[in-house]
Amino acid sequence: MTVSITSYLMVALILFCVGLYGALTKRNAVVVLLSIELMLNAVNINLVAFSKFGLYPAVAGQIFTLFTMTVAAAEVALGLAILIALYRNKATVNVDEMDQMKR
Amino acid sequence: MTGEFVAFFILSLLTIGGAVFMISFTRVVHMVISLGITFISIAGLFVLVGADFVGVAQVLVYSGAISILMLFGIMLTKHDANDEGTGRTWKNRFILLFVAGVFGLLFWGVQNTPWPAPPAPVASPVDNAKEIGLEVFTKYVIPFELLSVLLLVALIGAIIMAKKEGDNE
Repeated sequence: MTVSITSYLMVALILFCVGLYGALTKRNAVVVLLSIELMLNAVNINLVAFSKFGLYPAVAGQIFTLFTMTVAAAEVALGLAILIALYRNKATVNVDEMDQMKR
Repeated sequence: MTGEFVAFFILSLLTIGGAVFMISFTRVVHMVISLGITFISIAGLFVLVGADFVGVAQVLVYSGAISILMLFGIMLTKHDANDEGTGRTWKNRFILLFVAGVFGLLFWGVQNTPWPAPPAPVASPVDNAKEIGLEVFTKYVIPFELLSVLLLVALIGAIIMAKKEGDNE
């Protein structure tokens, strides 16, 4: 019994769906950021799996994964900076109460 | 039942378990710890596929930097934040249906696509890290440099965003 590409894609799919559910239902902004990281990680698993099991195995998938990680790190740093600035002004991390642009 | 299959089974179980516990916990600090388990298991999956360098980078960046950054974010906002999902059950149910639809669609797509037979394992002449280094600094050198600019912009932007307004020195 060997591990095929479908198994890796399934793990990534479940992870992506859990992250999507968390990002849409959770109300704490830190948890929403965490869920987005989970979704990005699912994509990383797919890229690395294709770099070995794809039609043309190449190291490019792993390099794309490194690029995704860098962008995710930048994203989470900026997201937390915005969150802290918002918390200083409104004293809340609840995404339901962040509606300044709707009013 | 090969060793690879057993390792894959355990690692994927830990990965998905950590993610599901992350959704079901109510205290935010517990969520971050549970997600740390997920990140480390994903690094194990990367090593299993043969992407050693990416696995190490995953441990460093995700389970090291991002988890700690999230803990800082929690500590700087609400110390004992709870994430209660009450009061919006109809909306949560609709989102659950939507996510289940996405899952079903992608599941169907993955299962019904004829994946190519796994190619014969080619023994690479150089090891994984060296291979990545050669490729990054020849073929992908422009994206690599752009990425360094992006990181610099994000660094300065994060400092300016999180700085207290009003002090100009």
